[in-house]
Amino acid sequence: MGDAMTTTASRPTAPAPERRSGELTMRELLRWCWRQLTSMRIALILLLLLALAAVPGSLVPQERVDSLKAGQWKDQHETLTPIYEKLGIFNVYGSPWFAAIYILLMISLVGCIIPRTFVYWRGLRAQPPAAPRNLTRMPSHATYGTTESADVVLERARTMLRRKRYRLRADAADGTVSAERGYLRELGNLIFHLAVLVVLVGFATGSLFGYKGGVILVTGTPFSNTPTQYDDFVPGSLFRAGQLDPFSFTVDDFDIDWLTSGPRAGMARGFQAHMQYQTSPDGEEQDYNLRVNHPLTIGDTDLFLIGHGYAPVVTVRDGEGNVVWGPAPQIFLPQGPDLFSFGVIKVPDAKPSQLGFEGFFYPTFANVDGDPVNLNGDDLNPALSLNVWTGDLGLDDGTPQSVYVLDKSKATALPAKKGMETLRVDLAPGDTAVLPNGLGSITFDRVESWQRIQISQTPGKGVALLGVVLALLGLMGSLFIRSRRVWLRVTDGPNGTLVEIAALDRSGGADTDAVLSDLVAELQEEPRS
Amino acid sequence: MTDAAWSTLSNQAVAAAAVVYFLALLAYVVEWSSLRQVDRSKVLAGSGGPEVEPASDAEVDKHRDRVAMFGRLGLLLTAIAVVIHFVALLGRGMSADPNRVPWGNMYEFTLAGTFVVAALFLVMSRRYALDWLGPVVVTFVLALLMIAVVWLYDPVGPLPEALDSYWLVIHVVSAIVATGAFTLGGMTSATYLLKRRRGDRAETGLWARVPSLDKLDLMSYRIHAFAFPVWTFAVLITGPIWAHQAWSSYWNWDPKEVWAFITWVVYAAYLHARTTAGWRGRNAAILALVGTATLWFNFIGINYFSSSSQHSYAGATAPISQLDR
Repeated sequence: MGDAMTTTASRPTAPAPERRSGELTMRELLRWCWRQLTSMRIALILLLLLALAAVPGSLVPQERVDSLKAGQWKDQHETLTPIYEKLGIFNVYGSPWFAAIYILLMISLVGCIIPRTFVYWRGLRAQPPAAPRNLTRMPSHATYGTTESADVVLERARTMLRRKRYRLRADAADGTVSAERGYLRELGNLIFHLAVLVVLVGFATGSLFGYKGGVILVTGTPFSNTPTQYDDFVPGSLFRAGQLDPFSFTVDDFDIDWLTSGPRAGMARGFQAHMQYQTSPDGEEQDYNLRVNHPLTIGDTDLFLIGHGYAPVVTVRDGEGNVVWGPAPQIFLPQGPDLFSFGVIKVPDAKPSQLGFEGFFYPTFANVDGDPVNLNGDDLNPALSLNVWTGDLGLDDGTPQSVYVLDKSKATALPAKKGMETLRVDLAPGDTAVLPNGLGSITFDRVESWQRIQISQTPGKGVALLGVVLALLGLMGSLFIRSRRVWLRVTDGPNGTLVEIAALDRSGGADTDAVLSDLVAELQEEPRS
Repeated sequence: MTDAAWSTLSNQAVAAAAVVYFLALLAYVVEWSSLRQVDRSKVLAGSGGPEVEPASDAEVDKHRDRVAMFGRLGLLLTAIAVVIHFVALLGRGMSADPNRVPWGNMYEFTLAGTFVVAALFLVMSRRYALDWLGPVVVTFVLALLMIAVVWLYDPVGPLPEALDSYWLVIHVVSAIVATGAFTLGGMTSATYLLKRRRGDRAETGLWARVPSLDKLDLMSYRIHAFAFPVWTFAVLITGPIWAHQAWSSYWNWDPKEVWAFITWVVYAAYLHARTTAGWRGRNAAILALVGTATLWFNFIGINYFSSSSQHSYAGATAPISQLDR
């Protein structure tokens, strides 16, 4: 703003437009904004804002990270939810205000780095600056007298500094040496900041062109890689279906290594999904053991084992004796590490009335003092415990429904036997329970396992990795390479030669006094001949 | 030795290390309190007050020797404690079946993290004249060891599948080393701020042991400059690589990741602030302390605020919960 005012003052006779003091033209205003934005102070404030803005996303469940948790949170906080939704708190890292901060930060970074690159380029070819007139005014300086001649001292200083990889000023004034080293420090600094942009490009490529999908497959179910086969499919905004690799696979065996002794007995240690896959429909069939930490890469696509659970195989007969469900596995969702699971079976075709079952699966069922308890995640003594609902399951009007939730708004629970509030059927494998009121029967045939396979393409991950590695290298250069200047002046005096030496550290992290005393000590050493 | 014997050895070594750290703290406290006496005798000798006999030079020297001796004793005891602390870690790793690195849950992270703080202090106390920080380091380590034993203890078990990877060595070692170094940097920055508040007055007693403001600032910067690239390596390189292998996505905005990122950004701001007019000195030191706070909040605090973290080693009963989402 100071500039603007002096301009106005220096042209008092200028005709229209009239300007009040402090008034800026558009151009000046823009320049002022640009200067502010690219100043270090604003960059610092933006950095701190970025840190602050990232906080809410770690405290409130994020829709893109865990939609299930986010949904539960919304149900629990009725007043906050609409406010948070307006503010984008459920999708912080994709919200406009978060983007605004990092885009401003990137602009600030570019605006800072480009001029510095030019300065660096010029500085690379420039000579170290001439020795200041008064070396003893430098913060770090030393003086000593010697009987050696000025030329000897100068020559030794030049050799020593060259050996220490200082660059020397070619046309230094008589009796002085100017030396500079550590040019790579600023290069490291520039590389670090440019690499941040590279990382951002890699990250953006991944989220724009990549996709992430998941599918839950009961062991033995084949999967071929088309969008319709996925349970959830989240493509980036520029993703094209043609990018999908034409592979197919089947998990034919799933093993869990359960710990049976020790303090962690009951914990699962190893999971192995043995799969057969083809990279293309007419490709050769190949084997792979899919494990946690050991993804399978087919083409550009990565496959991960990220979950597993049990799927009880059930047969349902209706009141007319027809098989209206199964025998088919139904996926139950684990409620904890012991795989005690919750699930729903919907049988809309049952007559005379639709049937819905909702309840729990116990991998290792035990009756402890009359309470049903699950002892273990291994399916040592599986049991199904279900409540039965009849009536309208809400499936007929075409509204999409989750397969894991039973719509009970128009259904009624079957009346209880004595001692129970609602009817509960408890089944071991092979058991059949006949439902009251001539509604039919349900049979628990056996247990299958299911695996959740995450399938994703992340283009640009190599770019991002390259970016962070470059950033780290640049960072280390900018932190550990010392950038310093050394000047030396010799003057002939009555008692011999007076040597003045000064050092300036430009990196702000060095003990220049120590550097200087080392240099002086080395200079004063008797030359080895 | 059997696994159970190793486990017992580890637990006893933790207790023994804590006792020796405490003895080291006592030695440091004696050193500090004697420092005050040296000052008093110096002052009295100078003024020659009428009521009290001025202390002779010999007495002052004797005092000084005693102070130095207790300082050395404190350092020696800290060194012994660090060795025992190492045995505790070793025992922890050897007692697992199969043997593994001793950082698989919060108890073990805390054990390893405090070890790094103490060991780094020993290494640097010589080179960077950090002796004066001894009492602070020992108090901190002692307090965290107590927290680990009382609240975080977990019996030894094998690693859950998700942690069973060589990235556990690379990622967690670098994270723990950076955490230890940042913690030391936080201590020097805090000392800087405290000393700054005291102003320019001539320092006596224990404050005389603390280096000048410029030296403190430089020391903090050096420690942070070491820790920051290590943290970058842990959080932005090995972390994402491992996350990609284990969780299918190299950056998930998982709460631990978010806070590691926040810590990174705050320390990046610290490094920038040191070279910015109006921010160097006090504001930079405050940023360093904010960084330390976010670091430790991420280490322990976030586990109590967010249940959706995939870094679920924090809970004793959730080793595979990330598999069951």
